[in-house]
Amino acid sequence: MAVTQELPPKGGLRTDTPATRKRARRGREGLTGALMVSPAVLLLIVFFFVPVGLCFALAFTNARLISPEPARIIGFENFSRLFSDPLFWKALRNTLYFAVVVVPLQAGFALLLALLVNAKIRGVNIFRTLYFVPVVTSIVVVSILWRFMYQPDGLVNNLLQTLSFNVVQGTDWLNNPTAAMPAIMFMSIWQAVGFHMVIWLSGLQTIPGELYEAAELDGADKWQQFRYITWPGLKATRTFILVTITIAALSLFSQINIMDRTATVVFQAVRVGYGQQETAYASTISLVFFVLVLAVSLVQRYLTREKG
Amino acid sequence: MTTLDQAQAPTRAAPATERTRRPGLRRAGGYLVRILLVVFFAFPLVFMFMSSLKPDDQIFADLSSIKAFLPVGDISLSNYTGVFDTVPAARFLVNSIAITAVTVLVGLFVNSLAAFALSRMTWRGSTVVLAAIIATLVVPFETFALPLVWWVNKLPWVLFQDGQFFYSTGWLDTYRVQIFPFLANAFSIYLFYSYFQSIPKTLDEAARVDGAGWFRIYRSVVMPLAGPAIATVAILTFLPAWNSYLWPLMVVQTENLRPVMVGVSYFLQQNVLWGQIMAYSTLITIPVLVMFLALQRQFIRSIASAGVKG
Repeated sequence: MAVTQELPPKGGLRTDTPATRKRARRGREGLTGALMVSPAVLLLIVFFFVPVGLCFALAFTNARLISPEPARIIGFENFSRLFSDPLFWKALRNTLYFAVVVVPLQAGFALLLALLVNAKIRGVNIFRTLYFVPVVTSIVVVSILWRFMYQPDGLVNNLLQTLSFNVVQGTDWLNNPTAAMPAIMFMSIWQAVGFHMVIWLSGLQTIPGELYEAAELDGADKWQQFRYITWPGLKATRTFILVTITIAALSLFSQINIMDRTATVVFQAVRVGYGQQETAYASTISLVFFVLVLAVSLVQRYLTREKG
Repeated sequence: MTTLDQAQAPTRAAPATERTRRPGLRRAGGYLVRILLVVFFAFPLVFMFMSSLKPDDQIFADLSSIKAFLPVGDISLSNYTGVFDTVPAARFLVNSIAITAVTVLVGLFVNSLAAFALSRMTWRGSTVVLAAIIATLVVPFETFALPLVWWVNKLPWVLFQDGQFFYSTGWLDTYRVQIFPFLANAFSIYLFYSYFQSIPKTLDEAARVDGAGWFRIYRSVVMPLAGPAIATVAILTFLPAWNSYLWPLMVVQTENLRPVMVGVSYFLQQNVLWGQIMAYSTLITIPVLVMFLALQRQFIRSIASAGVKG
């Protein structure tokens, strides 16, 4: 910034002024800068911008993953196939079902945990760490572990029976069509909630403590403090959390693939694009996924702008 | 503050006594809730580890009692040795360690270098490049994963062998296809960028007066001060690299090149040996868990910094 301010008005002709020397230096600086940024930019072009562009382009072709013939443009054929594909609609319904249930539950549970580990009590750091352990555990490991626990005679049913003194009888969680999705939701929340606890926590810690002291003096109870200080203070965090959980929920894949139950949009795209090698049709499905994610991001934009 | 407190005290006398009578009980209740939550988050992992030490019939026999969470009965490491007979687990581990290490190290270099140029140097187009990089943050990997499989299958590669260049097409079934797509990362660049912005630019000017070039400033002035940013980016790159599943599932068919997470599916195809699965799951979780427990403050701070993105 300092450099720009020191530049004299245009038309300084003498070659040896500090300004021209600075300009020469600026040219070298420009070259070095471009050089330093180029590895990252090149990688992003090849592995981000081109494939994103391809997603749009291939959706209008009949490209296959491995094919002796070059891809042909077939217009909107993939889209009409998509809209009359019952498997796709089922996958979309499952994905939305998952998102609609998981987003509020996970966000709420995470906030509760954040409040618990934000309290000024001894050993709070240990709780923070332990609640976070499932997050660093791979979702693949978590899925296979819970698949074992969800078996008809597995740990979950045994625990349910013991803890309820034989009142509650479990079910074959993953093979029961109505129970499978809730079981996967429960497991997903168990795994990921610690992540959003930490983000809520960083939001909570931006709220100045004096506000609570003042509220206490005015006789506000804990619920009023939460309602009028904590909740408004978390506005930015709230939007961020809702958007990240929603996008993660819409991306649901690993759990489904390992638990071998139902289908989701991303799962369907992988099955078609990789399993059946129909890259073009998979791109069309991916586009729908992209539109969903984009819609969520736009809603976020709208919500945060309203505040500004 | 104190005078105000005293002034308010008489009016709040009644609720205050009520509150002072309860804090002991309240605190105990608070701890109880928090400890129950620890149990809730820990029991599946404890169960996994304990089962990994038991023969299959004992795992099932222990399910109905507290023994499921205790190292009792016929305890041995035979599931662990069995794992290495069922899958090439050592090979998978070596692959994952290599892929993760290269992705993290090269990623740190490439992304910090780009962020340095964007944050500290004036050059034409830097704002456009920065805006384009930030814009990529809203697109999740799953959006373009399938077209990317098609695309990497068409990418060229040049091989130098026996004094000759060989030209080949297709990146499927390689190590590089598991590394290159994840090196440049917009979020890493963004994290480095915002951290570099907080380092005074007068330091650069002083170094320039002493005759240092830009790369020298990057290496000897800015990077030594960027420890927290380096830790954050390293952790945020390490986790997805170690845990990657969808991508290698699609692009790697050769057994020798597969990473640990894909190895899980081996156990599900044959007759299911739960003791071995639990042993394998423990084996591939322990490196991350140990690192997390050693660096838990940095881990949690890194995740929290992911929250500034919005």
